[in-house]
Amino acid sequence: MTVNAMSVKEVTKKIVNKDELFILDVRNEDDFKDWKIEGENFEHFNIPYFELLDGVEGIMDEIPANKELLVVCAKEGSSVMVAEMLSEEGLTASYLPGGMKAWSEHLEPVKVGNVNDGGEIYQFVRIGKGCLSYMVVSNGEAALIDATRMTDIYLEFAESIGAKITHVFDTHLHADHISGGRKIVEETNATYWLPPKDATEVTFDYAPLEGGNVVTIGNTAIDIHALYSPGHTIGSTSFVVDGQFLLSGDILFIDSIGRPDLAGMAEDWVGDLRESLYSRYRELSEELVVLPAHFMIIDELNDDGSVSEKLGTLFAKNHGLTIEDENEFRKLVTENLPPQPNAYQEIRETNMGKVNPEEEKQREMEIGPNRCAVR
Amino acid sequence: MNALKTNVVLDAKGLACPMPIVKTKKAMKELESGQVIEVQATDKGSKADLQAWAKSSGHQYLGTLEEGEVLKHYLRKSSNEETIEKNHPNVSNNEEFEKKLVANENIVVLDVREAAEFAFDHIPNAISIPLGDLDERSSELNKEDEIFVVCRTGSRSDLAAQKLTEKGFSKVINVVPGMSQWSGITTSIES
Repeated sequence: MTVNAMSVKEVTKKIVNKDELFILDVRNEDDFKDWKIEGENFEHFNIPYFELLDGVEGIMDEIPANKELLVVCAKEGSSVMVAEMLSEEGLTASYLPGGMKAWSEHLEPVKVGNVNDGGEIYQFVRIGKGCLSYMVVSNGEAALIDATRMTDIYLEFAESIGAKITHVFDTHLHADHISGGRKIVEETNATYWLPPKDATEVTFDYAPLEGGNVVTIGNTAIDIHALYSPGHTIGSTSFVVDGQFLLSGDILFIDSIGRPDLAGMAEDWVGDLRESLYSRYRELSEELVVLPAHFMIIDELNDDGSVSEKLGTLFAKNHGLTIEDENEFRKLVTENLPPQPNAYQEIRETNMGKVNPEEEKQREMEIGPNRCAVR
Repeated sequence: MNALKTNVVLDAKGLACPMPIVKTKKAMKELESGQVIEVQATDKGSKADLQAWAKSSGHQYLGTLEEGEVLKHYLRKSSNEETIEKNHPNVSNNEEFEKKLVANENIVVLDVREAAEFAFDHIPNAISIPLGDLDERSSELNKEDEIFVVCRTGSRSDLAAQKLTEKGFSKVINVVPGMSQWSGITTSIES
């Protein structure tokens, strides 16, 4: 019997549509506990593939007969094997081509709005890892913000809409994923903008992005206005795009706020984080649409699969923004923090250009959830 | 680096998951209890998977050596050696033995586990002679020395201690349980 492939794109669609799916995850228990495919109406059962080498009879009772069934493993091979075994038992089973590796690398572009004079802004949702990157397009020029290492996707997308990437920004030195900025700049000759306070140790050339800088995309002026907002890192910078959108980097998320500890500076940076969120952001228009660099849980997705919310709404609802007492705030962001992202030190060094791991190694370093927030 | 002596070498190079484990499982069936297999693989995920599989199936995962692109995994087939009756009369527990070691008394530590078991975790300065090689290599030891014999659980070292006593060694002490519960200093081929 044959088994079906269910692509990462199809699984993404099921998440957005809140469809039902039963996922049989055949990776190691530790890997499954660390990170899995989540959807509002997804159910899971985890058993390592090597427990099933002699047959799947033992788990038939765990699998509901009336639900669509997807077998998932790390790369693909084991999920095909298990799906075939289930198929021989009379079930209709699909496998995930490319496995969790492909899941971690899938980017779904979603248009999140129009900007001045026919321009557009797109959000690239890295659904498996919760990373969000952005492309602002105007008059055949594009700016890229917080690009992931899957650089082909941006280059192909820009080409498909007839735009040339001229500016590349990182809101901060990332610790949870490898930035694609440098690679894209090498291929496009775009200008690479980095906050200088995060870039003191980088080994390559960049344009220093200071608070107050304005970069113009296209000849009809979409302004990207840099706003210094330290706290997650000392250099963290937000962008106000076209007076409409606030790209908040890892400072402010939809349901949580950034953590100040990934460079080992929690105590030093907590005051900065407080000031960025409770003073600098307060001076901005509440009508700005916040576009963060991450989401943490699938509930943060809008109905169209994008991640965004008005700043005024976040001031009312995001509990990281409504803590009056400074000590209580300090406690929230320095105590009981979630585990740090996998390989976060190596990732920081890669983003500084100090080390250049091979693609397979980069993939391995990024496996797992992003863990950039405190809730 | 010299290759570690094993009973079987399995070539799983170039194979993607699940094949390294499928092949290991098959090869393991052919082995006798307590024998050691070297699994050569290039799939990076094979290390975590073999470790987890060994744990769930009762085999001993000994360790992995990396040589360029190749991962050499060492596993030992499960055995029921814990349940075998021990007969050598002169016995020390781990704690007493560790005290003697720390006190730097003039003692010899003989480790009779397989080469790969020894390689990944052993007491510094211990002499490695696997039980199966003891007959031909006992001449490397001095009959007058106080010799503490260790293995994983105390069974193989019990047999070794009896063997040495038969050969005229007079001060042979079996350490029970041995390395499986050892909390003192160890060293490894990896460090």
